[in-house]
Parts: sequence; C-alpha cells; structure tokens
Amino acid sequence: MAEATVLNDHELLVEGTLPIGPEVIRLVRADDADILIDITGVKSGPEPGSFIVTAAETLSGQDHYLLNIAGSDAAWSIAPSAMAILVSVIISSALINNFVFTRYLGLCCFFGVSRKRDTAIGLGLTYVVVGVLSGVMAWVVQTFALGPLSLDFLQIIAFIGIVACFVQGADMIVKKLNRVLHQKFGIFLMLITTNCIILAVPLLNATNEAGFTEAFGLSLGSGLGFALALFLMSCARERVDMAPVPRVFQGLPVAFILCGLFAMSFLGFSGLSFF
Amino acid sequence: MNIVTRTAPPPISTLIMRGLFDENPVFRLALSLCPAVAVTTSVKNGLMLGVAVFVVQVLSSVSAALIKNIIIPKIRIPVFTIIIAIWVSIMDMVLAAFFPAVYGEVGLYVKLIVAFAIIISRMELFSMKHDVVPSFWDGFGMGLGFLVAMLLTGAFRELLGNGSILGFQIVDFKPLLLVILPAGGFFTIGLIMALFNWIDLKRGKEPPGGTGCGGCHG
Repeated sequence: MAEATVLNDHELLVEGTLPIGPEVIRLVRADDADILIDITGVKSGPEPGSFIVTAAETLSGQDHYLLNIAGSDAAWSIAPSAMAILVSVIISSALINNFVFTRYLGLCCFFGVSRKRDTAIGLGLTYVVVGVLSGVMAWVVQTFALGPLSLDFLQIIAFIGIVACFVQGADMIVKKLNRVLHQKFGIFLMLITTNCIILAVPLLNATNEAGFTEAFGLSLGSGLGFALALFLMSCARERVDMAPVPRVFQGLPVAFILCGLFAMSFLGFSGLSFF
Repeated sequence: MNIVTRTAPPPISTLIMRGLFDENPVFRLALSLCPAVAVTTSVKNGLMLGVAVFVVQVLSSVSAALIKNIIIPKIRIPVFTIIIAIWVSIMDMVLAAFFPAVYGEVGLYVKLIVAFAIIISRMELFSMKHDVVPSFWDGFGMGLGFLVAMLLTGAFRELLGNGSILGFQIVDFKPLLLVILPAGGFFTIGLIMALFNWIDLKRGKEPPGGTGCGGCHG
C-alpha cells in the first residue's frame, strides 16, 4: 500500500499516478465506510508520482481514512502513526480530560494523600508505574482472553483481580528485594487498590476497543495526570494550612473548594488539540 | 491482624446513626467521593448509584463476616476485592437490564463501585471483628449514609443548577448554573461538609479535622 498523508485541513498528499478527475476518487472514514467524503478537486503534487486531493470537509490527522480510485486496484490507507496516537492520547488523558479534575476519579486517595508534598510525590510515582503495568496486563487479558471468549461480563472481576494480585505481588517482591524502597512506597501500593482510576482505565479501554498503543497511552497519561493533580494539590494545601481558614471550612471542606478551583482552571485545556 | 479480636457489637441505632452522620462516608470520612461528585448532577442518577452502593455494601459486609474465619489474613485485601467485584458484577447486570436509560449515564461509575474505599474499609474494620448480624447493620448504616449523601448532593445540584427536582420543574429559571458544571460538584461537597461541621459546632462538639484515606488501610 502506497503512502498518503493529511497535508492540512482540506488536502491529502497521495503517492501514485494522477487520476483522471475528482469524480473517480472514493474517500471514506475507516469507521463509517458507507459515507463518502465529497472531493472538490485533484491536482498534481510537488514531486512527480504524487498528487493532492482536496476534500470538502475538514480532515484530521488523528482520523483513519481509506482512499481508493474507481476502476483501479489502487487503494490507500491514511492512518496516524503510532507515535502520534500515543502522544495525543497521553496529552488528552493527562491534561484535557484529566481523570481527577474532569472525570472525578481517584478522589478517595486524592484527598487522603494530598496533604503533604512528599507523600503526594510518592503515591504519584508509585501510581504511574503500577498503573501502566496493570493497564497493559488488563489489555492483554481483555484482548486475548475475555474478548474472543465473549466473557465480557467477567470484566470487573478480572480487572480488579489483576490489580489486587499485582499490587499484592509487587508488595511482596519489593519487600524481599529492597527494604528501603518498601518502607518508602509500600503503604502507597496498598492504597492503589482503592483508586478508581486504575480500574477505570481498563474498563474504558475495553469499551472503546482500544489498540495496544491507545491502551498504553491511556494508562500512562492517566497516571501522569493523577500524579500532576496530586502534586499541584499538595502544594496548594501546604499553603492553605498556613492561612487563617474559617473554623467550619478547616480540613476537607477547603480542600474541596481548592479542588473546584483547579477543576475550573483545567477547563482551560479543553480547547487544546494536537496534529 | 492475625488474631481476630471479638468486641461486643454496638447497638443497632448507634450503627445506623454512625453511618448517617458521625461517620458519614462522603461528608465525614471523605471516601467514595468519585461518584459523589460525578453522578450527582441530578437526583435520579444519585439515587440509582446510592441504591447500588447500599446493596453492595450490605451484601459485601455480610459475606466478609461469613467467611472471616477461613481467609488467610495475608491475602485478605485481594479476597475482599473479589467478593465486592462479584456483587458489583451482579448489580451492574441487574441495573443494565432494568434501568437502561439511567445506566447509560452512570454505568461506568456503577462498575467502579469495586474500587470504593468505603466498602473495603468497613469489611476490614468492622466485619472482620464482628458476627454476621452486626455486620449487616453496619453495612446497612454505612450504605444508608452514602445513599442520603448522594440524594442530598443530587437535590442541591439539580435544584440550583437546573431548577428541578427528580425531573419536575420547580422554578422556571436556572438559579446557579455553576453547581452543575464539573467544578461545581467539588464546591457543593465542600459546602455541605462545612455545613456538617457547623452543625457539630452548634451541638457543642468539636468537628473532626480532615481525615482521609490515610486511615482506611492499616
């Protein structure tokens, strides 16, 4: 299959011989292959052996398109590169759809642990590592066992089982191998079982039928987003501890108000888009 | 926790009051917050998730009390988690079958009940030390406390953000759209928590300083 890439909002750069006119070109999205995208023009490209197709609607570098020419075997598949998917999924899940501030997941741990900066960093780091590993394991189980065998109703039990066993196993291994590390991060390992994000990621992956790159990206991005939220919150709470807060708002109430302010500021990321 | 210490169970009324007010899972212990913020944009959603958590909490507490003597203490957390996961799966399927419309909105959060700290912490802190009947009432009180918290938050947000309760229009305008937006959920919970503290002060008790998940896993 020859190369084709999205050049800008309306143009595709395609390698191949120039077709006779725009009417023979069939361009569709891969996920709804029945709806033809209107082609307004076709012209030869900057290099010999390539041409530029102009489409009526806006094309996006993150979508998957199929292009073929009526009356010939020539076909092109225009998919974003794995790297592009990875980066956009990570950015999107860490900032634009931050799991803590826009999807409200992982709050139980979030408020318990964000009181001191040291513990916040500790849990953040532990979570990123455990989240990525368990996310990938859950994806493997979903793709190769639960999906093909139609055992989707076991998803919850399987995923939480993976997380719980993984956390317990990691705890035992780290305890045997490195006592200092265990004393530092052991308590956080146990907390992770009660973090909704670690379960939400495989469930979202399963619902969206994500590929490996997307699954890995979502696990990593959500972990980074959680760590970032935890770090920001701990910094803010350390400052608030010094401030004269009204008696009824001391402790958790003011933490919630702070969190609401952070959530509002994270709304600002919603316009962000890449590629 | 190798030796299971038995203490006399508190009376039923204490257990229920504790869940409703003194140790309310959402406003006091600050556990199970994810759904409390996420699905309480309307009373209906809050009610559905509240009922789901209530049922799962009672069943899980009873299950843990039943099998506490045959669990190897070292792996009790994974065992508890699997017990909860089984009940949540059943609840998930029941809700998806009978209430498809509401389930469409809160489905992900129903599945996430598995990871709620409140359920596992009641199993660990109460059911492991008490018999089946007190465990039932403890689960009952905590589940009820959660349900009431969800209804309270849901009513507050739906009334202020949408001018309606349970879908019935009360006032013709939207008094405060902010509370229904993502950030508004945090503000609402913060305000209700402050209200709980204020009631405590009026009753002449010291409101608790912020506790959190730090205490739920010993």
